[in-house]
Amino acid sequence: MADAKTIRITTPFTEEMSRKLKAGDSVLISGTIYSARDAAHKAMTEALARGEKLPLDWHDQIVYYLGPTPAKPGDPIGSCGPTTSGRMDAYTPTMLDQGIKGMIGKGSRSKEVVESMKKNGVTYFAAVGGAAAKIAKSVKKYEVLAYPELGPEAVAALTVEDFPAIVVIDSEGNDYYEIGQKPYRRL
Amino acid sequence: MRELDAKTITETVATMCKEAAYYLPNDVYEALKRGRETEESPVGRVVLDQIIENAEIARAEDRPYCQDTGMTIVFLEVGQDLHITGGLLEDAVNEGIAKGYVEGYLRKSVVKEPLFDRKNTQNNTPGVIYTKIVPGDKLKITVAPKGFGSENKSGVKMLVPADGVEGVKKAVMDIILHAGCNPCPPMVVGVGIGGTMDRAAVLSKKALTRPTNVRNASPEYAKLEEELLEMINKTGIGPQLGGTTTALAVNIEWGPTHIAGLPVAVSICCHAMRHSEKTL
Repeated sequence: MADAKTIRITTPFTEEMSRKLKAGDSVLISGTIYSARDAAHKAMTEALARGEKLPLDWHDQIVYYLGPTPAKPGDPIGSCGPTTSGRMDAYTPTMLDQGIKGMIGKGSRSKEVVESMKKNGVTYFAAVGGAAAKIAKSVKKYEVLAYPELGPEAVAALTVEDFPAIVVIDSEGNDYYEIGQKPYRRL
Repeated sequence: MRELDAKTITETVATMCKEAAYYLPNDVYEALKRGRETEESPVGRVVLDQIIENAEIARAEDRPYCQDTGMTIVFLEVGQDLHITGGLLEDAVNEGIAKGYVEGYLRKSVVKEPLFDRKNTQNNTPGVIYTKIVPGDKLKITVAPKGFGSENKSGVKMLVPADGVEGVKKAVMDIILHAGCNPCPPMVVGVGIGGTMDRAAVLSKKALTRPTNVRNASPEYAKLEEELLEMINKTGIGPQLGGTTTALAVNIEWGPTHIAGLPVAVSICCHAMRHSEKTL
């Protein structure tokens, strides 16, 4: 999506795979990724605080900040673009300590998140915000795993094929939002 | 006196909710294509290609353009010689929203209470409804679903008269720079100037219902729209990953204000500048 070469990634996504990626790399992700957004992050971090187990093992997994539209009959999922990642920042260091190695969303992240990413060897990917009908073409299956009462905010497993994304913050903390904007900043 | 059945209003609003979610207005689509032609960043061009393709898929397949199908803002202009029968106007509109969001496979994104009990209402109601009484016997409905990725980056600044045009520019740019890459640019920027704090905010929303290729009728405000657009496109924010296509348009609406005040409200809309308009 960005520069010349596109890197193919198949989940599970290990720290070794994550540490090889650099800000600006274009990737196509295949395998299983897991959706969670505001309410699910709140529920999961509260469960951890109570000493409870999470509904899935996040070790070497990729979280997708997503709340899709309902699937039309015959479709695996509705429109399913990324939501703003920054709203998850307050919960993210706790979640990364659970073994998550990749995050897909859109928009900038806090310093605390970037520090936690460096510590845990995590990569932050962006999908194109608002390209939700197109992104749906790369999702083959959507299965709710936990918190079904949260509706679009439920935690779900998504089977994806060649899901397009770009590395915006790599595991060393390099930020492609900053790098990409600089040449065009003329104020 | 002309009569209009509430059921007709419900059916119309339901259809409009679906149409707004699936079909990006043509002026916005054309503006995206022009942005693609002039975008200087290679990555920005790739992002714009995806956004344009997305608009085409959504339109061709009747699919929501974005998964955030918004909180539903509805502007009503009710002719004072119109008599609505068979139900209450706001109920008819909310029933239309519920029907449209359920039937159209749109996401239900509204919680019944903001702070203590954020329970999803399951049908995207209530909408945010603004009603104005106007001459005549018609009902004009504008449905403008508003996504919250961009709404969360909107804001109001209470300036004083001495701040003047430069103050307005600075207030708008501060909000845009603070928003950065987060509100899914290329964005459309609605600006409300004047009134009270709340009036300025409503004007900034109303501004987003004007096509992106129509400038303010006043030459002074039209010039300000163009100057702000140029400034915003020099921020480098671009289509999310940097570039020169940060905004497609700046639309300003203004209103009379107090001798002591100069309120400025900025409603940021993502590239999904969705709205549908019908007159009954």
